[in-house]
This record gives sequence, structure tokens and C-alpha cells, in this order.
Amino acid sequence: MITELGHFALILAFLVACFQAVVPLVGAQKRWPGWMAAADPAATAQFLLTAFAFGALMWAFVTSDFSLRLVTLNSHTAKPMLYKITGTWGNHEGSMLLWVLIVALFGAMAAWFGGNLPPGLRARVLSVQAMVGVAFFAFIIFTSNPFERLAVPPFDGQDLNPLLQDPGLAFHPPFLYLGYVGLSMTFSFAVAALIEGRVDAAWGRWVRPYTLAAWVFLTIGIGLGSWWAYYELGWGGFWFWDPVENASFMPWLIAAALLHSAIVVEKRESLKSWTVLLAIIAFGFSMVGAFITRSGVLTSVHAFANDPERGVFLLGILAVFMLGGLTLFAARAGMMQARGVFAINSRETMLVANNVLLAVSAFIVFVGTIWPLVIELATSGERKISVGPPFFNMAFTPFMVVLGLLLPFGAMMPWKRGKPGRVLRTLRGAMVLALSVGVLTWAMQTGRSALGPVGLALGAWLVSGAAVDIWTRTGRGPIAGRLRRLGRLPRADWGKAVAHGGLGVTMAGIAGLMAWEAEDIRVVQEGESFPFSGYTLTLEGVERVQGPNYISTMADVTVSRDGTRIADLTPEKRVYPVAQMPTTEAAIDNGFLRDIYVVIGDPQENGGWAMRSYYKPLANWIWGGSILMALGGFLSLSDRRYRVAAGARKTEAVPVPAE
Amino acid sequence: MTGVTRMLCCIRLLVAGTLLLGLVLPAEAVEPGEMLDDPALEARAQALDDDLRCVKCRSESIASSNAEWASDARVKVRELLSEGATDAEVRDFFVARYGEYVLMTPTRHGANWILWGAGPLMLVLGGGIATFYLRRRTSAGAGDEEGLSNAEKARLGQILDK
Repeated sequence: MITELGHFALILAFLVACFQAVVPLVGAQKRWPGWMAAADPAATAQFLLTAFAFGALMWAFVTSDFSLRLVTLNSHTAKPMLYKITGTWGNHEGSMLLWVLIVALFGAMAAWFGGNLPPGLRARVLSVQAMVGVAFFAFIIFTSNPFERLAVPPFDGQDLNPLLQDPGLAFHPPFLYLGYVGLSMTFSFAVAALIEGRVDAAWGRWVRPYTLAAWVFLTIGIGLGSWWAYYELGWGGFWFWDPVENASFMPWLIAAALLHSAIVVEKRESLKSWTVLLAIIAFGFSMVGAFITRSGVLTSVHAFANDPERGVFLLGILAVFMLGGLTLFAARAGMMQARGVFAINSRETMLVANNVLLAVSAFIVFVGTIWPLVIELATSGERKISVGPPFFNMAFTPFMVVLGLLLPFGAMMPWKRGKPGRVLRTLRGAMVLALSVGVLTWAMQTGRSALGPVGLALGAWLVSGAAVDIWTRTGRGPIAGRLRRLGRLPRADWGKAVAHGGLGVTMAGIAGLMAWEAEDIRVVQEGESFPFSGYTLTLEGVERVQGPNYISTMADVTVSRDGTRIADLTPEKRVYPVAQMPTTEAAIDNGFLRDIYVVIGDPQENGGWAMRSYYKPLANWIWGGSILMALGGFLSLSDRRYRVAAGARKTEAVPVPAE
Repeated sequence: MTGVTRMLCCIRLLVAGTLLLGLVLPAEAVEPGEMLDDPALEARAQALDDDLRCVKCRSESIASSNAEWASDARVKVRELLSEGATDAEVRDFFVARYGEYVLMTPTRHGANWILWGAGPLMLVLGGGIATFYLRRRTSAGAGDEEGLSNAEKARLGQILDK
């Protein structure tokens, strides 16, 4: 019964979204306040109905209602409760339902907290957001209905893919979707502004929090996914340049660019058409991601079911929104006039450079991702090629290096007109520090690879640059006074410094891990010890352990250094009998400067076990940096000026006709 | 490793595979039994493993896949290296049998130059457009200096009169 109510609520939400897509838009064009005002209750209703539908599906998972096809395919009575709940979105249909729930949530948030938006813009934004909703509701209802019943329910389900039964991956999709769908909001703002024919500082101020939120959620989602890959896949890889990973990385890069260009719109009323274009493209990349993940067009290591019909539908949605958005852009871009004037040596110029670098690097990822498909189509399948990690490492990395080099400099360059020499002088200390770190690591490392020293120097440059930036903001005077002022600086300043520093930490972590990683693969007898990277590892024993829904082969490995026991590790090999799938549970001794990563393999014919040990320098810096970036974003989001409704005043002062 | 056509057929089947939620299988690199005794040769072999695609897997190199095919391929790489083959010869061996699909690093032949050139070209293009825009923006200064429209000036006057 609850299932049918959920299904019914989903269809009702679809109808409400159809209403919301049309009525407020007509109202805004004709200036009928009643029609415009209809958007708010509609957005709320759409959200509540979708939330009810989602709740109904979750209920079916929690109670293991195997009369639902989806629950049968993805759940099992013996599955732990946490994964029964998260299993709701661990499949195509459920994850799409989560997707539309977030579309509706963002729409409702614009209705609830958008009180300071001019009524016309708000009505148009909500209407465009509802159009996005309509497309995805239709996609779910017509191709991916999660509420399908089975005529003969089985006694038990087929279990969720064991790899998804993990805290890291359980919460990875919701964060990613919050990011992807958050960009639908910036899209709605961009299209609404194009329909209205006006982009001003206030618009930039409204778009920024949504972009920032989307970027923060993408950062967390990507970070979680990468961390999961690191500890779960059994060899400590953290990024594979797989199509699906790239699908989440491209919107992240574009959102980062948009985030910065929206600052220029807000503060200097320039870069308007570029920012609007980026907002449209960012959502386009989000939808490309959905398409890649769900169509199976590109072979990826982690795609959902390959389904051409769904792929075509998603491609249709993508085409309609992108063509619509870009056509509108072409028609209206001329109406946006830049007002701010600035010199070549200015923050504006540096932010333009930031945007060029981020946009081009996203473009490289895009080309690399779809290139195998392009070649296959162009040669009618005669030529098939692969574009793997070596290409991306070679083509993408230089852009990040240049970006890192320019960042601290650009972040401190004054608006309108600055003196580069003066900024460089302020950053002198940071430069010396970065160079010494680079030289020192070059001298100390055993190999002759440039990657490690360059990465560490860049990391030091970004972190110390961020520190100098925030310190300079405290002005002049005695240290005590400056320290006091440090605490009173706007949170946006702190957010900027923390996020920029976080990028440096991540860069250092990636470079360190890739440059100085060590591995050891050998057959070890029970009780045997062996030296590894300055440590001694001992395989104490191996035993079989019964888990809730799996059987485990658990090894006991001790790590010691100079006779002192440092850690006790229990790497496992699990078999999930229902899903008939093995998983590897690596055991990791986390450290600030290094991880020791141990994996137990198969028993060997003539006794002993295959064992893999990895020494992973600076591994945790990668995710530590991601956490800092996300934290910086949150700090910025909580800045006072977003909490007080300041944006609205500005538009009233400059009354410009809508058409 | 014979029967290229059969292998290609297998690949097609796999690509069109019906694996529900075919997530990555736990990947485990080279097995101890496959490794060469000579560390220098083994290091070369592992570098090659990273660059050869496991053609029966989904976007994984033979270094990170534990599929049987990947294991066979790793053994073959080591066999060829032990016989004194160069890295290029090992690559050629695999390309001759499985096409350039087996190479993780795309070649620079034919249309692939577009792939390799796309980034630098786009940078030049983007940089060019940005420079053009910046030039215009900075020289637009003269005419736009006042920055206030007539309506705004009128409003400013009102405020100042109060």
C-alpha cells in the first residue's frame, strides 16, 4: 500500500512540476503577481511529494519488501540495517529518485530562502528548475520506475553489490548528486537571467552560494569516492581517470571556474556573459555525467546497467536543455554589458587566467573521455583505441601546475589595478619557503623524479601563500592587534585561505604518493617476518571468520620498527555468498607522513599466503586537502553577507526594464 | 593466445555485457608466482603492465586487474622481456594481436593528433580570446569612466539634494 502511495506521489510530483514549469513563467512574462506567486507553494508541494515517494521506497528497502523488483534485485534480509537504508540509492532507479528529490529540494530552497529575490526572477528561476524536474520525473516514470511490483515475490533478495556495502561508498552518491543537481540551480538562475535580459552584481551574489554549495558537495563526493577506491580496491589506487570519475571531475572543474568568475560579476560587474555561459555548461557536464554513468556508452569500471533506451532518453534531456540554454544565450548575450573597468595588472585578469586554465583542463578531460567513442563512430568501429591514465597524467597535470603557480599571486592581487612587484614582495617569504622545500626534497629523495619535489614545493607555495594572504588581511600594526583582528576577519576570507591551502595539501599528497610509493609482493608463511621500507612485517596467522552476510579469511599482521610493535593489522578477504562476489579488505596503518597498507591474497599451493604490502607516503594528505577545500567552501557559505539579505537593495536602486 | 576473432567476439559480448551494476572487482596486481627474479626486469615489466589494457575488463590495465586474461598477459610480458625483447617490441606484440585498443596511452597516429593537440590548441584559443577581451576592457576605460547612467545620475542628484 505504501508503495502504491509512493508511486502515486511521484506521479503527482511530476504533474506539480509541469504546473510549476509553465504558470510562473507565463506570470512573469505577463506580470501577473498571482501566477508568479504560484511558484512557491508548487515548489514546496513538489518537494514534499517527492520526499514522500523517496520515503516510501526507503521503507520498502528497510522492511525488505521483496514484492518490489528493485528490492529483490538489490537487497537481502541478512544485510545490515545501514546498508538497507543506503541501498535505496545503490541502484539506478533509486538513485534517480534521489536525484529528482534533490532537484525538488533545491527548488524548494529557492522558494523558502529566496525572499529577497525580485518576484519576476524568482518565478522564472523556479519555473526553469521545475522544467529540469519535469524532464527527470518523466525519465523515472517512463523508463526507470522504482515502484515496479513482482507478480511472485521471492523469499529473499539477491543482495546489494558487496562493494557498495561500505560506509565510504554508501554516502558517496548523495554528496555527488547534491553537487550535480546543485548546478541545476545555477543553470536555472542563468536561464532566468537570460529570459529577463539582466545580469547584475546582485545576480552574481545569488548564484554564488548555490555554485559554492554544489562545488563543496562535489568535493566531498569525489573525495569519498577516491578514499573508498584507495582502501577498498586492494592496491591503494585513488584515481583511475575512468569515464565515470571524469564525469564527476569535469563539473567540479567547471564549478570551480564558475565560482571564481561569479566573484567578478558580483564585485566588478564584468565577465557577465562568460559566467552565464559557464553556468549553462556546468549543468551540461552534470548531465553528461548522468548519461555516461547510465547509458553504458563508454565502458567504465563502475557504470550502472547498460541500457540504450535510458541512454537515448538522457541524451534527449541533455540536448534539449543545452540547445535551449545555448540558443537563449546566443540571442541574449549581447544585452549583458560589462561595467567594471580594470587594468591588465589586476585581480580581474588573474581570475580570467584562472577561468581559462580550469575551463581548458575540463575540456581536456572531456576530450580524453569521449575520444574512444568519437574514433569508434568516425571509423564505423574499424579503429578502437583506449585513452588511459598516462594520457591524462601527461595532458592534464601541466595545467594544474601552472594554476598552482599563479594562485597565491592572483589571490593577493588587488582589484582594478595592482602592482605585481608589490604582491611579489609580500609573497617573498612564501616563495623562499616553497623553493627550499623543493630543493630539499630533490636532494633527499633517492630517485631522480621531478614529480615529488615539484609537488611538495607547489604544496608549500599554496599553503604559505594562503597564510600570507590571510595575515595580510589583518592590516598593519602590532602583532597582538593583528592576531585579534585575525579572528574577526569575514568568514569568506578564511574560507578562501583554507580552500586554497587545501588544494596545496592535496597537490603535495598526490605528488608524494605517486613519486615515492613502494610495494612488496611475496609469499609469506604463517609466523614469517620480512623487512619492508624500514619496517618489519610479520604474518602471525590466518583464520576464518563468519560475518553477518559474508565469510572472511582474516590475517593477523604485526608491523614493528626496531623491535617495537607499531600496529596490528587484520587484512581480510571476504566472500559474499548471496551475491557470489569476493571483496578485499585492506588493512591500513594510517600515519601523518605515510600509510602502511597490507593486503592478504590467496593461499599458495605449497603453503603460505600471497601478501602485498604497500608504503604510501603522504596518502592522507590527498583527502586531508579535500576536507580542507570543502571546509573552506562551508566557511565561505556561512559568511555574514549571505545570512543578511543584502543583495536585494542593489537592484531596487537601478530600475532597468525587464525587456 | 590464439583466436583473435574469438577474443574480439568475447570483447564485444563483454562490452555489451549485462552485468547489473558492474562495479570494479577487487583489483590485485601481479601475483608472486608471476614475478621475475631480476628486479630491474620486473620493474620494466610492471611499467609495461600499467600501459597495457586488459581487453576483457572494463577500462583497467593488466597491472590492476585480477582477471585470468590479465594474468596471462602479465606472464606473456615477462616471457617476452626474459627473451630479451625491448619495451617497444612487447607493445608491438600486443598491438599486433589486439589492435591499438590494448594501449592505455593513445598513439599519436592519424586522427589522434586532435586528441593530443586539443589541450594546447584550446589554451591558445582561450588565451587569445581572454587577451582580446582584457585589452578591450582595459581600453574601454576612457569612454566608460564616469560609470553612471543618466538615470543613476538623476537618482544620485536626488540623494545629494536631500
